[in-house]
Amino acid sequence: MIRVLVAKPGLDGHDRGAKVIARALRDAGMEVVYTGLHQTPEQVAEAALQEDVQVVALSILSGAHPTLVPRIAGLLQQNGQGDVLLLLGGIVPEQDVASMLDAGVSRVFGPGTDTRDIVRYIQERVGDS
Amino acid sequence: MTGGPTLGAEVLAGQRRAVSRALTVVERGGPEAEALLQTLLPHTGHAHVVGITGAPGVGKSTLVDGLALAARGQGQTAGIIAVDPSSPFTGGAILGDRIRMQDATMDPGVFMRSLASRGQTGGLSRAAAASLTVLDASGFDWVLVETVGAGQSEIEIMALAESVMVVLAPGLGDDIQAIKAGILEIADLFVVNKADRPGADASVRELRAMLRLAADPPPWMPPIVTTVAAERRGLDQILAELARHRAFLEETGRRADRRTHQVETLVRQAVWDAVARRLAAAREDPGWARALTAVAAGTRDATGLADQVLRGAGGMGDGIH
Ligand SMILES: Nc1nc2c(ncn2[C@@H]2O[C@H](COP(=O)(O)OP(=O)(O)OP(=O)(O)O)[C@@H](O)[C@H]2O)c(=O)[nH]1
Ligand SMILES: [Mg+2]
Repeated sequence: MIRVLVAKPGLDGHDRGAKVIARALRDAGMEVVYTGLHQTPEQVAEAALQEDVQVVALSILSGAHPTLVPRIAGLLQQNGQGDVLLLLGGIVPEQDVASMLDAGVSRVFGPGTDTRDIVRYIQERVGDS
Repeated sequence: MTGGPTLGAEVLAGQRRAVSRALTVVERGGPEAEALLQTLLPHTGHAHVVGITGAPGVGKSTLVDGLALAARGQGQTAGIIAVDPSSPFTGGAILGDRIRMQDATMDPGVFMRSLASRGQTGGLSRAAAASLTVLDASGFDWVLVETVGAGQSEIEIMALAESVMVVLAPGLGDDIQAIKAGILEIADLFVVNKADRPGADASVRELRAMLRLAADPPPWMPPIVTTVAAERRGLDQILAELARHRAFLEETGRRADRRTHQVETLVRQAVWDAVARRLAAAREDPGWARALTAVAAGTRDATGLADQVLRGAGGMGDGIH
């Protein structure tokens, strides 16, 4: 069973996109822990730890990804969860993608991504157990 | 990832990452899970296991969040399991209880895990019993289990708890008639939440009237507590009533029953798992199709074949010529 944490760190107040992803992953047979809006990096990492997820999917629309993402990746690492598949969706300018990948993100999904691509990406990377 | 004896030792030492891994292992089931539970079972019995159930949206998660914090305020720790249904079609689930547990779950003395029902017969209560065992063995003072509604599997889970708390809220389609079947009987404590809303007093009156209908006064009369979970009001009173209920269970020797029941659930599921494995092996047997044909032709009886499957004996086709 693939377990995914869908998290919305930062201050933006729209979680429609995150909910669409959560439903698509559920419909693909995954267990999706959804934690709601305004998560701090500490809350995201702690939820990933307690829920023992293999995937953390972040949705960030606020433009705060340069500070939030490295912090979350660092905390996952620190908790012994450096092997978690870290995905980033939302609004990430092209020129930021490389630094996000450097920070530990496996893949950035831009606006308008077909949810089936995300499902397939996760299924390919995470062995079902 | 390391499992085995070290994982058990780390759980007993209360290491959070180990507790989390162990929950995954026991939820999956199978030999590794059984070995781990074997290690942990002798170390259980400390936690006060509380079941929290009620209709969708009455405020169960908000209450659990507040109860865990109230327990922390008294210097105690709390492990939490929140169960949500899996989709019967895809097997997937959205587990959303954490949304209302943001405060408690950041406390180092609290650990919260979402559990999907995963749909197998008896599988949910097995997973719940095993998860309770992990949290109890890792040393939490309280283990709080949230489930929605009153299906058969929810009632089975509540049977694993020592104290069952049924939560109502005024004006939420949960008029007392509707929840009567099955759930009222198992309540040790009623909570009327959202007492900031109109109608809470009426709910309390209705409940009182209903409890008085019981012919013989029960040995334990479930108390009714009103709360405003969203403002953290009434939570210490719940903890006090739960402590009083536990004292009652201990004085009357009923506490041991819960443990017996929990262990029975684990054993029962181990039996089902073993049967399922033997059946799967039999169906892989090259003689299986021939054996079935023989049963259909009446040259071999079904019970005899079933016995052979249960014994784990191979050579399914050997009984015929
Ligand atoms: N007015 C009021 N609202 C409350 C109170 N407690 C909880 N709520 C609100 O009720 C809604 C549902 O709360 P939850 O704690 O998620 O309820 P639940 O029973 O766990 O819901 P499910 O897990 O979906 O069945 C939320 O919007 C809470 O903020 C209360 O005491 N008063
Ligand atoms: Mg809930």
